[in-house]
Amino acid sequence: MSIRPILAMVRKDLQLFFHDRRAVIMTMVAPIAIASFFGSIFSGNNREPAKIAVAIVDQDSSPISRGILAGAQGDRNLRVTTPSADEARAAVKRGTVTVAVVIPPGFGDAAGRAFFSAAAKPDLTIWFDPSHAAELGLVRGILTEHVMQSVSAEMFTGVQGQKMVDETLQRLDRTNLSAQQQTLLRDLLQSARKFYNEPSATAGSNGGNGSPRGGITLPYAVKEDAITSGENVAYNGYAHSFAGMCIQFILFASIDLGVGILLERQRGLWKRLRSAPISRVTLLAGKAASGALVALLTLAVSFAFAMIVFGVRVNGSLAGFVAVAVATAVMASTFGLLIAAVGGTPGGTRGIASLSVLLMVMLGGAWVPSFIFPAWLQRLTVVIPARWAVDGFDAMTWRGLSLGAAVMPTAVMLGFALLFGVLAIARFRWEEA
Amino acid sequence: MLEVQGLRKAYGDLVAVRDVSFSLGAGEVLGLLGPNGAGKTTTVSMISGLVTPDAGQVLIGGSPLLGDTDVKKRRIGLVPQDLALYDELSALANLRFFGSLYDLDSAALERAIMASLQLVGLSERARDRVGTFSGGMKRRLNLAAGLLHDPDILLLDEPTVGVDPQSRNAIFSNLETLKARGKALLYTTHYMEEVERLADRVVIVDHGQVIASDTLAGLQRFAPAGAGHASLEAIFLALTGRTLRD
Repeated sequence: MSIRPILAMVRKDLQLFFHDRRAVIMTMVAPIAIASFFGSIFSGNNREPAKIAVAIVDQDSSPISRGILAGAQGDRNLRVTTPSADEARAAVKRGTVTVAVVIPPGFGDAAGRAFFSAAAKPDLTIWFDPSHAAELGLVRGILTEHVMQSVSAEMFTGVQGQKMVDETLQRLDRTNLSAQQQTLLRDLLQSARKFYNEPSATAGSNGGNGSPRGGITLPYAVKEDAITSGENVAYNGYAHSFAGMCIQFILFASIDLGVGILLERQRGLWKRLRSAPISRVTLLAGKAASGALVALLTLAVSFAFAMIVFGVRVNGSLAGFVAVAVATAVMASTFGLLIAAVGGTPGGTRGIASLSVLLMVMLGGAWVPSFIFPAWLQRLTVVIPARWAVDGFDAMTWRGLSLGAAVMPTAVMLGFALLFGVLAIARFRWEEA
Repeated sequence: MLEVQGLRKAYGDLVAVRDVSFSLGAGEVLGLLGPNGAGKTTTVSMISGLVTPDAGQVLIGGSPLLGDTDVKKRRIGLVPQDLALYDELSALANLRFFGSLYDLDSAALERAIMASLQLVGLSERARDRVGTFSGGMKRRLNLAAGLLHDPDILLLDEPTVGVDPQSRNAIFSNLETLKARGKALLYTTHYMEEVERLADRVVIVDHGQVIASDTLAGLQRFAPAGAGHASLEAIFLALTGRTLRD
């Protein structure tokens, strides 16, 4: 097999590629632009996270409800407003508020009673925007913390707590508790009453955490340590977004490769190629080589931009990074050959191929990391070549893993390339009537 | 130089070509005529290796043409009916690419390109994009692309479709020059006057079969009775009928 025809095909395809400004923009500029956008959203820089808009409607105005409101207003994850119930509901409907919490009249009293006994628990009404289900869970957790803190603080040190202790002492004889249990609880409550009567107990209300006035707080502090490529190396979300977008646009370029072959056939150019004394493998190899070169060029330009502008680094093995890049490029170009082999008209083929590429990159974790997928879907995505490409680039960039971590993604993608290539040769319509 | 023996090709139940045989010698022009769907293009495709025959064989210089990579394909030059050129590239870039498919080294390729461009009168426009060319210029370049590897046999599939009389005349001159150089030309067309001007012999096919094969003078025996010296078109219509072949 002579190399000259292959080189000629590669040179011609590159000339055609650079002649087509739309193709160059789509392949070189678009991934940079979109990856920059996604990177800015998903980057793990220590920036203030977007606050969740929460409305709290305090219809109780008790010390407990005021405590909950104050706690929520001081929370760094929430942006709290205090509209009326109607306004809050309307705001959720409009989407300007994610969650509205209604603290009904008598909530404080009922919550206090429920805190010490099996009395009925009061309702806390929550209205939420169903398109923000993830935020609802977060708000619910934050609210639990502030309700527990406010109720316990008031019960242990506040006026409402004193009143509750007095009432419980008066009703103690009428409870179903045994005599021994009544004695023990009376001793406890009388000790609590003595505590309330101490001047220092109620001074400095709403004291800091750790003081009795602080109520029940989380009994631990979280020490967060992001595991990246090394000590003091921050996670760079641009590494993932550039990998994902490069793969997406490389696969889009592979559609151009496949549709280009169909167009060449439509224009009679393939007749000239087939009438020359060159093998079918040579013809497809030439096409695959030019497709792979364009893909590698896309990766090189995009990652160079990411490195210079966003500080993305190959913290793992450079050889592994190159191996993953080459395997990705070869996989994408053979995918283009397969598109040409199974495609019909250029227009129809482009539509179907675009859909399959979008599904492939979506399931491959190119848009958002695949860990947010359900477990069954994560298992399913191992048959998606884009998933291996994304994982391979992640491993070699921000995860900083060794060459060994590149072996499996590289091998799997080359396996896909072999499969696509064999299918393309088998299914290609070689006869030119 | 070229011998076609018993070629047959079917697509499912449709037999496009059945038992087609003819030969073509050096310095000879053979006109291959037939109505639409008669099997002309399928026959040319089998000769040039684009389609594998179900039966029969193509002999080049006495040896059968075997497979995609058979070096005997270098002796065949195809000028397809389509303008098989890249509009986005210059004439030079097009010819460099098509010539490289025949594994010509750089110096030989450049010489062949210059000679081909000179023959078709496009030397001055070598560096211009093909997309800027007129239909006639593209047709001439299409011809030049089939000549780069200096083939002995040239397969011309309707090479003058859609060109003005000046370009057509220029192409005829080119073909006469090639004939004079000893090239064997297989020429398919619907324009009878072109065959009358160029061809030494004519093969008429219909429904995939050869229904007449002779010199222009010899074909007179198929002329309608009492027509005297009939035109090729009259003979053609007498042989193939006047029913439309859409």
